[in-house]
Amino acid sequence: MIEVRKLTKRFGMKTVLRSLDFHVEPGEFVALLGPNGAGKTTFLRILASLSRPSMGEVKIASYRLPSQAAAVRRRLGVVSHLPLLYGDLTAEENLIFFGRMYTVANLNRRVSEVLELVGLSARRHDLVRTFSRGMQQRLAIGRAVLHDPEVILFDEPHTGLDQDASLMLDNVLRQVAAMGRTIVMTSHDLARSADLASRFDVLSRGAIAASVRRNEINPNDLLAFYRRAIQEN
Amino acid sequence: MPEDASLAHTAPGNPSFGFLRAVGAIVWKDLAAELRSRELISAMLVFALLVILIFNFALELDAKARASVTAGVLWVTFAFAGTLGLNRSMAMEKDRGCLDGLLLAPVDRSAIYFGKAIGNLIFMFIVEIIVLPVYSVLYNTNLFQPGLLLVIVLGSVGYTVVGTLLASMAVQTRTRDVLLPILLFPVAIPVFIAAVKASSGFLQGIELAEILPWLNLLITYDVIFTAVAFMVFDYVVEE
Repeated sequence: MIEVRKLTKRFGMKTVLRSLDFHVEPGEFVALLGPNGAGKTTFLRILASLSRPSMGEVKIASYRLPSQAAAVRRRLGVVSHLPLLYGDLTAEENLIFFGRMYTVANLNRRVSEVLELVGLSARRHDLVRTFSRGMQQRLAIGRAVLHDPEVILFDEPHTGLDQDASLMLDNVLRQVAAMGRTIVMTSHDLARSADLASRFDVLSRGAIAASVRRNEINPNDLLAFYRRAIQEN
Repeated sequence: MPEDASLAHTAPGNPSFGFLRAVGAIVWKDLAAELRSRELISAMLVFALLVILIFNFALELDAKARASVTAGVLWVTFAFAGTLGLNRSMAMEKDRGCLDGLLLAPVDRSAIYFGKAIGNLIFMFIVEIIVLPVYSVLYNTNLFQPGLLLVIVLGSVGYTVVGTLLASMAVQTRTRDVLLPILLFPVAIPVFIAAVKASSGFLQGIELAEILPWLNLLITYDVIFTAVAFMVFDYVVEE
């Protein structure tokens, strides 16, 4: 579903990603772990077609980036730590707007389905700026899945959420994963990732330092695995 | 039929229709958000009214001098108020990462540009519609002349077309509030000169043949910068 070969990204003289290789099968839920500055957000922005690679090959659902970016974007949903929503529009208006941008069929029905999925049906007519951070993040997931994409990218979605809001977000994430969508999620939170993902990749100094599937590791050993990968790279 | 399961909720359709639909969606979104917050228009309007009020007190003019400075005062007012609106309009996209949300949509990125530019132009027209009668009363000058209104439309289009493009560039920087006027005013000089000359010509009753070159310059500027923005917007917003 996602194929990345020898991906390099430079900002001026600074190299953020170094000949990175990454491969994700359809339906996998990959947690991309790594310290601050490892290049996780830059990598996700390239996958989301928001940033151009300096070198290397990126393919999503067999479409190449950046040359076939529109086809990739049609198959992609993105949730970042910012909600990417308009505070002065209601929850419903936000979804209708993004639905129009994605040419979603039967839009009103689909908006109702998505609001139901993220548990915000009762607040559909409320302005997004009146929502708590957790509610905004759930609506952001609704925006990302509105057009039913094959691949969903989550960039540290739990940032700034309290414990209850994080648990609610986890439930929504599990529901999205259960739909068989391919998910890549960057995170600092190893315990939360261990609970959600089917594979764990460690990104360190701009390259994948280690990768392990959930059935190959005891969740209690994930921290040791992570530390070893960072130290060895 | 959708191409694959993942596109089950995406309607197939004509790409040109998709382009226009995206432009329309962005204009609708900007108008709906502004109707709620009234942040942008009220700021532009208060600023514009203050500018003409200050000029009214600063320049104690007789009827002849008034006719000669009206065009200048009018366009200074529109330029300053317009810059305020352009900055706010793009800042709204940047604040919650909404610009990324727009860029993630599977539409030609020039549709995003045209949607924002049309929205900004509507806001500018609303401010102008309110400012013109106030100006007419304060300066005892009749501004409701078809020729002058045409100049205002052409000048506003040129200013908004280039302003929206430069605002999308400036909004990516930390100094966006300061940077936009520094980038915009030099590039918009031809619009201001042509608009002031043509407006002044209509107000002073000069023959159309003498005003026509300035109108042609405005039309040419509008066409060229619309084409330039269409071609370069994709590169302006991408990292």
